[in-house]
Amino acid sequence: MRGLSGAFLSCFKISRGYYCRRSYGVLTGQQYSSSGSKQCDGRLYPSHIPTSSVQKAVLALGSGVAALTNPYRHDMVAVLGETTGHQALNKLRDRMRNDSEGYTILIERPRIRLSTLDLTRMSALPDGTLGREYLSFLEENRVTPDSRADVKFVDNEELAYVMQRYREVHDLLHTLLNMPTNMLGEVVVKLFEAAQTGLPMCVLGATLGPLRLSVSRLQLLVQSLGPWALRNGGHARCVLSIFYERRWEQNLDELRHELNIEPPPVNLIPSSKNTSSNS
Amino acid sequence: MAASIRTLALKVLSDSTRNIHHVSRCRIRHLCCRARIAGCRGYSDSTEGRSTHFGFQTVPEEEKAEKVYKVFESVAKKYDVMNDAMSLGIHRLWKDTLLHIMNPQPGLRLLDTAGGTGDISFRFLEYTRSMYDRQQRLKAKSHQTPSWQDIANHYVSDEAGCPQSRAVVCDINKEMLKVGKQRAEKAGITTGLSWVVGDAEELPFDDDQFDIYTIAFGIRNVTHIEQALQEAFRVLKPGGRFMCLEFSKVTNPLLARLYDAYSFQMIPVLGEVIAGDWKSYQYLVESIRKFPDQETFKEMIEDAGFFCVQYFNLTGGIVAIHSGFKL
Repeated sequence: MRGLSGAFLSCFKISRGYYCRRSYGVLTGQQYSSSGSKQCDGRLYPSHIPTSSVQKAVLALGSGVAALTNPYRHDMVAVLGETTGHQALNKLRDRMRNDSEGYTILIERPRIRLSTLDLTRMSALPDGTLGREYLSFLEENRVTPDSRADVKFVDNEELAYVMQRYREVHDLLHTLLNMPTNMLGEVVVKLFEAAQTGLPMCVLGATLGPLRLSVSRLQLLVQSLGPWALRNGGHARCVLSIFYERRWEQNLDELRHELNIEPPPVNLIPSSKNTSSNS
Repeated sequence: MAASIRTLALKVLSDSTRNIHHVSRCRIRHLCCRARIAGCRGYSDSTEGRSTHFGFQTVPEEEKAEKVYKVFESVAKKYDVMNDAMSLGIHRLWKDTLLHIMNPQPGLRLLDTAGGTGDISFRFLEYTRSMYDRQQRLKAKSHQTPSWQDIANHYVSDEAGCPQSRAVVCDINKEMLKVGKQRAEKAGITTGLSWVVGDAEELPFDDDQFDIYTIAFGIRNVTHIEQALQEAFRVLKPGGRFMCLEFSKVTNPLLARLYDAYSFQMIPVLGEVIAGDWKSYQYLVESIRKFPDQETFKEMIEDAGFFCVQYFNLTGGIVAIHSGFKL
């Protein structure tokens, strides 16, 4: 009995010491030995919140439930992605490293934000270029690249950047795949992302998203758009490895060809500016 | 963490800071983790510099009030939901206990400082109303065979009406008061309740105004606790009662470990999932650790001039109710 309570208490001591180090953020010198500079409270990057595995598990569970019950909680989708995506992020990072352009991105760490984009120059670009189409997409759907939440729960600085890049590239993916921001478009993009990145959050979104679609859209998804997205996600070049910031002038069709992305079988965006061929 | 916490204003307490350090250092001897923190943090507020604690961080005094304000501004909408989630509903029992110990008679004036969403004030009004009803019923029972004189007297006293208990909810944070007002409307409480924006360190009331002063889960957010206590002393009538419901030190070591584990592991996670705000709830659990323990706080209340100061531990010391009288 005493041994049991002793073990119980020592277990608490260990876990308490652990969360003391983690949550109180005291620099013990044992954590994060792989990363370079870290602040006194164990944070690896400005928006970092160190968490234990128990906390991550509860976060994953809680954010999953919250995201499913209230699909407008984008922050919960983000948290779910961060807490469950460690393996997938590792694979993504390795894929980026093996690509010369991706490696440059990992070194230079560009960020897609309104402050870094030269909007006047981009709007002056001819139609059909990446920059122009991206801007039109932002305007039509009334979204902004600054609305992406910061990464908080990834315990590796480089992987945190990969996650952030993934979030910022999402809108560009919409442009590349020519998908609107309605439910169907989002599911198609999620399918593509799931096939490419393998992030559990994408897989979950891709499997549960269709449940909210109407029958006709679901049919469209299952018959043409879904298989197209999965197929292209599989054989396309890694979309995170593209230095979009230096390719604004590139023609969109040309870029699609370079990335091995077929044009979408159905045109969901009825726009005269749309240059991709469609049925 | 049922914290009807409040943002009250600003200055470093010299005495209380020393007390808090003394208390904290005592705790450190028992808990090795705290010792590490002391080493890392270096307690800069023991110097003449105007800095104080914000959770486990050290910030300049002027910034603390603003930071606390921002915390409560962001948590205001989900405040009550989070209280229920974090304390598993037990905060309601704590507040009920506060009212039972207070045992207010109908017709009293209550100042609910750091009242935020109005939990204590609503309970106060309900308690006094049911107390009044009970008194009327007892009176009616004892008057089973009244004389004509008694009946005439009864009619007269009835016209005077029920002595109206009045509660003033004072909070520095407008968002919290907004949420409180919406709750009051929903609950249908219209009379006897007023909402005032005010700073606990500098209350916008005259001297000797209130019969009861309460501050529930708010005083640990005040930058200068002593000043808040002095203000409480000022606005209370002679014979008035000061009551404080606040998180305190758990004495049982096993419970303390469980409580710490729950606070630091679960509460910020709950904050992130339910309210989308990890940092505010991290601040809340840290601020509990920085607050003085039961005895120290009792001494602080006595220093402010209150008599017959006593405290009641609830839930093993997780929460304590301190009470004192102005004589």
